[in-house]
Amino acid sequence: MAATRPPVLPEHLRSEFEELVSHYPERKAALIPALHRCQEELGGWLSPDTLEACADFFGLEPVEVFGVASFYPMFQLRPRGRHMVSVCHNISCALRGAEEVLEKACEVTGSPAGGISEDGRFSVQRVECQGACASAPMFDLDGVYHENLTLDDVERILREVK
Amino acid sequence: MKSPELYLLSRTNRPDSHTLDVFRRHEGYQALERVLKGGFSPQEVIGMVKDSGLRGRGGAGFPTGLKWSFMPDPEKDPRPRYLAVNADESEPGTCKDRVLLEKDPHGLIEGILIACYAMQVKTAYVYVRGEYRLPHDRVAKALAEARAAGWVGENILDSDFSCEICGEETGLMESLEGKRGHPRPKPPFPAGFGLWGQPTTVNNVETLHNVPFIILRGAEWYRSMGTEKSPGNILVGISGHVERPGVYEVPLGTSAQKILEDHAGGVWKGRKLKAWIPGGSSTGFLPGSQIGLSMDHDSLKEAGSMLGTAAMIMLDETACVVRAMQVMARFYDHESCGQCSQCREGTEWLSQIFRRIECGDGRVEDIDLLTSLANGMAPGKTICALADAAAIPTHSVVRHFRAELEAHVEQGRCPYLSNDQPSQATVGAHA
Repeated sequence: MAATRPPVLPEHLRSEFEELVSHYPERKAALIPALHRCQEELGGWLSPDTLEACADFFGLEPVEVFGVASFYPMFQLRPRGRHMVSVCHNISCALRGAEEVLEKACEVTGSPAGGISEDGRFSVQRVECQGACASAPMFDLDGVYHENLTLDDVERILREVK
Repeated sequence: MKSPELYLLSRTNRPDSHTLDVFRRHEGYQALERVLKGGFSPQEVIGMVKDSGLRGRGGAGFPTGLKWSFMPDPEKDPRPRYLAVNADESEPGTCKDRVLLEKDPHGLIEGILIACYAMQVKTAYVYVRGEYRLPHDRVAKALAEARAAGWVGENILDSDFSCEICGEETGLMESLEGKRGHPRPKPPFPAGFGLWGQPTTVNNVETLHNVPFIILRGAEWYRSMGTEKSPGNILVGISGHVERPGVYEVPLGTSAQKILEDHAGGVWKGRKLKAWIPGGSSTGFLPGSQIGLSMDHDSLKEAGSMLGTAAMIMLDETACVVRAMQVMARFYDHESCGQCSQCREGTEWLSQIFRRIECGDGRVEDIDLLTSLANGMAPGKTICALADAAAIPTHSVVRHFRAELEAHVEQGRCPYLSNDQPSQATVGAHA
């Protein structure tokens, strides 16, 4: 049986991860921070190839890496829109209009909750408590919190996205 | 009456409070200097923290000095040892540590260094939840500044004390080791078998922020604030149906009503308070009539609740408690890691039953079924406290708001929806 070569991580990530690994007594401990960086750098999601390349880098079985990646909701295991809108729907936000914010975000972007807009620009998703309870409702747009949202804010912020 | 002294938030409103420069101008690293140059032994530091009566601010309220003293004597147990700093704030309603991480990251670093000195730890990991991008960046930047200025690293202030601190975007011990976030059974306790099987102490961000002030101003000063059994100040996050939601610093033992009215400006829109949660979603609902309770560990325990993370969530008279509970039950279902069957199955059942009652499909026997399920999720039956965190609010709804559950079942719809709203409104599932 011919062995196929596993996919390889880009050089800049490999050297970054070597430095990360040095923070810990075990190599594997850098896996989660590394997956975050892969998601940022490699198209906004963790493809099977990326997971396999990480497994190879960390000396783990691909299934182990998949097990970790699929456990944490921040990791996207399917392609997503170029911009990610994560609307908190937990209690403090729900009490101040999170469902309306979600509905508005879906309407403005054309993405269903948990899906991708037809033009591929946006994904909107529901998320659990983001620790912005005293400035609810909120969403996270590409890693930046937008808080104390009115429906007008939602419309304006999402229309301004390039 | 003189207004209480603020220390936890004494720096956070200053411009650039996250920088080393501003921190140094406002007592920053003075406590560490006192410890390292004043000849304090590690045992003396632990003694001071014990004497202060500081209790952990992560939710359980365990005495911090006592926890530190559980670390084995390094003479007898020379294994590497760690401090893991929990900056993975995620109990719904809780948003206090984020304020400290973003606006006073050096305060945390100073607290970590003193804790490490006391426990003779040379490596600390701050695990910041991945969603906290800005807090993570602020901590990372502060660490770089502190390292460059010699506050973190080898032979700090020319003493024998060396300490490395890493700030990472992960959560919990298992995550820190690069694994799925499955809680571990205790025993073994982290003090003997924590990170990578080595002695480890886990402390919350706000807990560590208290430490430099205890060193600078003394245990007696600390005990002059708060109550006898819960000394000091605490950060209270107040959210939901109030005029001014926010994170406020108050002495422990302050009445919830005072916080609601004086700090948060009262219930919004001139409405009345129907229900409130004192310490994050897992502490359960109390009726509005109990708003006179004091925010401290013992008073809330006596009332059948908990101080938890002091994250107050307020519901006005128009809110539906069943719907609020259903949002929370959905959360516990989503978060259950699935190791323990009572939790894996129980949280899903609770979520489904609250959902069907809210949607008008509830049955009379569902109410007792909720109680019976929650009884099966009691402490000691599962590895961690998540099942209990779902059971406590469930019991509280049945105890205090049974009539509201019954009204949903009898009317076959949510009585709080206006007539033109469909009964299946909202209540989304995770995609």
